[in-house]
Amino acid sequence: MPATARPLSPHLSVYRWQIQMMTSIVHRGTGIFLAFGTILVCVGLLALAWSENAFAALRAFCASWIGMLLLLGWTWSLAFHLLNGIRHLLQDVGLGYAPATFVRNGWIVTIGSFVLTALVWACVFAQRGGT
Amino acid sequence: MSDSLRTPMKVAQGLGSARSGAHHFMVQRITAVALIGLGLWFVWIALEMLHLDYAGARALIARPLNAVLMISFVIASFWHAQLGLQVVIEDYVHTRWLELASQIAIKFICFLGAAASVLAIIRIALASGPLGS
Repeated sequence: MPATARPLSPHLSVYRWQIQMMTSIVHRGTGIFLAFGTILVCVGLLALAWSENAFAALRAFCASWIGMLLLLGWTWSLAFHLLNGIRHLLQDVGLGYAPATFVRNGWIVTIGSFVLTALVWACVFAQRGGT
Repeated sequence: MSDSLRTPMKVAQGLGSARSGAHHFMVQRITAVALIGLGLWFVWIALEMLHLDYAGARALIARPLNAVLMISFVIASFWHAQLGLQVVIEDYVHTRWLELASQIAIKFICFLGAAASVLAIIRIALASGPLGS
């Protein structure tokens, strides 16, 4: 906590909106959300090890509207965090820092995350329809 | 610094050095690289499970390659989650006791989550019977 009320960076209120602001904070947000997802993976494995009834209960929860909404959120979060994570790894080795490339990659990640999510859920509904 | 009699070396000692300071950064990247492949594999497994019954789902995880990859996936996931949440707390939680308590809680939860998941996978892989009813 600062002792004096001096202006501190980042001065979010005076910045023009840029794609990299969104990808940065959304990477954090999706990361936090995915951390809760790892707990669902753990619960899923425990249910599978526990009993048929426990697994059926988890399945019923996943098929409910709140379960589907959460799974849709986790799918998109994973897609975004994965694509933006790959972008961060490339930046770690020094690639993609030219301003135009930086902005372009931000858009590729954002649009790509929705494309990946749509692909996965197309598989979900294709499998459902097939059985 | 100018009003202290301590040398700059004395002030810096024990606060992390170039030998260990990059460790968090490196492990976060290594688990990230592992999770690119393991994450995509996990999505495939999750989609496969959609049309399997209980016995089929157990059999899928029990296959040795899948069991090994699932153990790797949960360990890498919980490890990467702990490292990421650690940075978020370092950045936003400025009350010392609350920061310490959350850091320790997250380490415990992530370790317990990984340990429980590994036990579940081992039981499924070794075809041990259901734990409950």
